[in-house]
Amino acid sequence: MKKAFPIFALLTLALLSYALYEALVAAPTEQTMGDVQRIFYYHVPSAWTAFLLFMINFVASIVYLVWRSEKADIIALVTAEVGVVFCTVVLVTGPIWARPVWGIWWTWDLRLTLTLVLWLIYASYLMLRRFSSGSQTPLMAAVLAVFGALDVPLVYFSIWYFRTQHPSPVIGRGGSLDPRMARVLLINWAAFLCFAFLVCCSRYRLERLKREVEETQALEALLEPRSMR
Amino acid sequence: MSSLSTISTATLTKDLRLEWRSKDAINSMLFFALLVVVIFSFSFNPTAEESRQIAGGLVWVAFLFAAVVALNQTWARELRNQVLDAYRLSPAPANALFLAKAVGNFVFVSVLEALMTPLFIVFYTLRALGPAWQLIPLAMLGTWALVVNGTFFAAMSIRTRSREIMLPLLLFPISIPALLSMVEGTSAILTGEASAKFWIVLLAVYDLVFTSVSLLLFETVLNAE
Repeated sequence: MKKAFPIFALLTLALLSYALYEALVAAPTEQTMGDVQRIFYYHVPSAWTAFLLFMINFVASIVYLVWRSEKADIIALVTAEVGVVFCTVVLVTGPIWARPVWGIWWTWDLRLTLTLVLWLIYASYLMLRRFSSGSQTPLMAAVLAVFGALDVPLVYFSIWYFRTQHPSPVIGRGGSLDPRMARVLLINWAAFLCFAFLVCCSRYRLERLKREVEETQALEALLEPRSMR
Repeated sequence: MSSLSTISTATLTKDLRLEWRSKDAINSMLFFALLVVVIFSFSFNPTAEESRQIAGGLVWVAFLFAAVVALNQTWARELRNQVLDAYRLSPAPANALFLAKAVGNFVFVSVLEALMTPLFIVFYTLRALGPAWQLIPLAMLGTWALVVNGTFFAAMSIRTRSREIMLPLLLFPISIPALLSMVEGTSAILTGEASAKFWIVLLAVYDLVFTSVSLLLFETVLNAE
């Protein structure tokens, strides 16, 4: 795994630059929105990546609750962290695009609100991990992840009904996507997935090392209580 | 099953008696909610028509904040003298304790709501234009939604470093659908413009889902080392 990492990093870098070229230069300019539409190639892949990472977090948390494996716990932690980062990208790029196109920064639209609530839930998950101490952290976090994941469909239905009651000034982007645009979108998604995987892998290694160091230090402190000071 | 109900009743009676004699939770909740009502009322100073539109939000935000006060005290009492550790060692089912605590909090928050509602009516000159009886199932289901998750997360947050502040951080994001249902349902009933049925059903589903998960996972959280 250690040898494969730099190779994979280089490949990801190449794919990301190719995706950047495709999105900014090669993709056709949208007729009505113009160049601002190109943000779409970053916004949508980030959203898909974030949702995928949150799903992995849910599965890993269940695995932890059932088998108490440390690997599952680290995977849950890592995917939540990287997922929140991608979710932040979605929430930042969204308004940048919405302002010139819709004329407003934000609206309580179904997808917008759902993404924001997801961000809030997983931010609170990370807060819990930060504030709880020691060996209980993985368990508490896994429990909260289950609550959060079960909350998502309920949030979906509540906002869906909320929105149908209060029609927002926004008409969702209907119509079909140009196949050339769809291709660029998929390339960007592939690049983003590779990037997310890369970050998760290195974060996973870092977290393992961190825990090993902590364990060793605790052991050393136990073995020679005097000489440590 | 009989041991579950016996232990639940015993714990619940003990909590209610303690609360009846000390009135710690209910007094702090009441005063807190009163402050929220007064501050909101003079910062917005709404007319009767406006207040119908915003009252649903104000009422439930006030109750949510006030409920956190009671929820935070749920387990703090049991930490003194290592009662929780003793409970863990005993063969009593963990869910009996959880149910007792959740029902206890439900009683406290319901009493708060019953006492605060007249004040809201006075300050905001409220009169429901829709079917007012629907407010009762809505309030009961909504209160249970807040209380069941709140009791569970309070048990989690006592294990963290800054326990008082951790509870709202965990509870509020998860409670968003419940809070939205309560606010929108109340507004629908007060303005009489829409039906609140959907929101009541959604709250019932929310309660069902989270009560089951809490009962399923409480033992794990209680016994976490």
